[in-house]
Amino acid sequence: MSVDAATVRRIAHLARIAVTDAEVPHLQGELNAILAFVEQLSEVNVEGVEPMTSVTPMEMKKRADVVNDGEIADAVVANAPAREDHFFVVPKVVE
Amino acid sequence: MTDLTSLTLAEARDGLAHKTFTSVELTDAHLAAMEGARALNAYVLETPDQARAMARDADAKIAKGEGGPLGGIPLGIKDLFATRDVRTTACSKILGDFKPPYESTVTTQLWRDGAVMLGKLNNDEFAMGSSNETSCFGPVVNPWRREGSDAKLVPGGSSGGSASAVAAGLCLGATGTDTGGSIRQPAAFTGIVGIKPTYGRCSRWGIVAFASSLDQAGPFARTVRDTAILLRSMAGHDPKDTTSVDCAVPDYEAAIGKSVKGLRIGIPKEYRLDGMSSEIDRLWSQGAEWLKAAGAELVEVSLPHTKYALPAYYIVAPAEASSNLARYDGVRYGARVDGNNIVEMYENTRAAGFGAEVKRRVMIGTYVLSAGYYDAYYLRAQKVRTLIKKDFEDCFAQGVHAILTPATPSAAFGIGEKTGADPIEMYLNDIFTVTVNMAGLPGIAVPAGKDAQGLPLGLQLIGRPFDEETLFSLGEVIEQAAGHFTPTRWWG
Repeated sequence: MSVDAATVRRIAHLARIAVTDAEVPHLQGELNAILAFVEQLSEVNVEGVEPMTSVTPMEMKKRADVVNDGEIADAVVANAPAREDHFFVVPKVVE
Repeated sequence: MTDLTSLTLAEARDGLAHKTFTSVELTDAHLAAMEGARALNAYVLETPDQARAMARDADAKIAKGEGGPLGGIPLGIKDLFATRDVRTTACSKILGDFKPPYESTVTTQLWRDGAVMLGKLNNDEFAMGSSNETSCFGPVVNPWRREGSDAKLVPGGSSGGSASAVAAGLCLGATGTDTGGSIRQPAAFTGIVGIKPTYGRCSRWGIVAFASSLDQAGPFARTVRDTAILLRSMAGHDPKDTTSVDCAVPDYEAAIGKSVKGLRIGIPKEYRLDGMSSEIDRLWSQGAEWLKAAGAELVEVSLPHTKYALPAYYIVAPAEASSNLARYDGVRYGARVDGNNIVEMYENTRAAGFGAEVKRRVMIGTYVLSAGYYDAYYLRAQKVRTLIKKDFEDCFAQGVHAILTPATPSAAFGIGEKTGADPIEMYLNDIFTVTVNMAGLPGIAVPAGKDAQGLPLGLQLIGRPFDEETLFSLGEVIEQAAGHFTPTRWWG
């Protein structure tokens, strides 16, 4: 499979990365090189093989459903590029 | 007094215990070495004030007999580990001046055991790279050069700063992370030891995530023993990482010097690549001979799905990365580039904040996870991963204790040599290491020889799950036979 220029723009938008028209052919070439490389997986017989979901055979650990952290709002917002009090500030989302 | 930066970690530990020198002296010697080696670009942040304060504290504890297993030992920390109130960037512009209000579990345990932080080490942006050339702070320079040449070589990646700093004597040991070979490949390129432990052995909490089912932390040092000492402090169960395994951490150092007599070492025929250099081939045979001479038994084994590990990795890793890196949106931390609406703000922030390699991988990951392609790519790759893991399980079930392979297909290459149009050329560096991440196994790289141009080459030993001890025992046999590798100082 290979991607065309329109697909590159669509992927970039899905990935929320702005790309210029000048960047598209270059990205298209690189993505197609990678897709051509991974194409060899199609020759592997995976009939009846379970996909790997856990690297080590272990049961998912669950912690008690209780509040175990908090009251650190200052620390949570300390690195925000824009904030007011304990809120993150973003461009208007809802008209 | 001897040069304190040329000691091994174990020697420094003994010197501190016998009061031959203090941690402040040891730390100052390393801070001076760092200052004189800025041309290597190994550190992206030096923390001398914090280092001296930690060293003074360590000296006070040592005086009271409470030094701890790493009391007063100066270390470098890969910039992928969150360090409280100390800038942590993953060497990406998108994290800006991020100062975590928390400390990663692995580094918390190092400080608990008395270690001293010298600073934060350079790496490929978000650990995506095999040469440390994708860092927003610029490439790291390998302290090794080809004989008769002053061309700058890469230290490997992604933990290139860690490898370069350890090889050049800018710390006694360093932390690294390994998703496809990011500890073992740079260790091999710089003539030092690096181990990626079993998946789940070290907590991933507080480490900037790249591909969560593959990422694992591990140590770098100049000897096998030193990595064993460090891993004991780094490893252990952490309730904050659900994939961290709840089993006791052994005294890894006790495995050093243990007999390897009767151990069965697998030599996988699929690792003998077409066109492999005769130097790598010779190194591999030499390593096998050393293990045999120490009493191990060599057996040829087959890992039939080896050739599919790298392509499967380049689906699984980018897919997980595209998901993990969705958090960098310019809202909660890091840099922000404004836009006319929130989506434009996200897109502009990520376009300006991510470098070319990261964008490439996030986009591949987005594509293989997108509607209509998930089964053909991601699901198939996860099935292939099951087969890769089964290859190893079958091999271990036949009584094989560990597997010996080359660590890399070549020695270190020049800066800028492999950054051309085809990204696959760079990816092939990880051909011998990536299988181990796909199967979640432990792997150690040990320096074993030099190429015709005088550059170090490494061998890799792959172990059974949670049997790092056997790797330390076998690694030490190779180290004893091959000796140590120290670059000639040309910097500073």
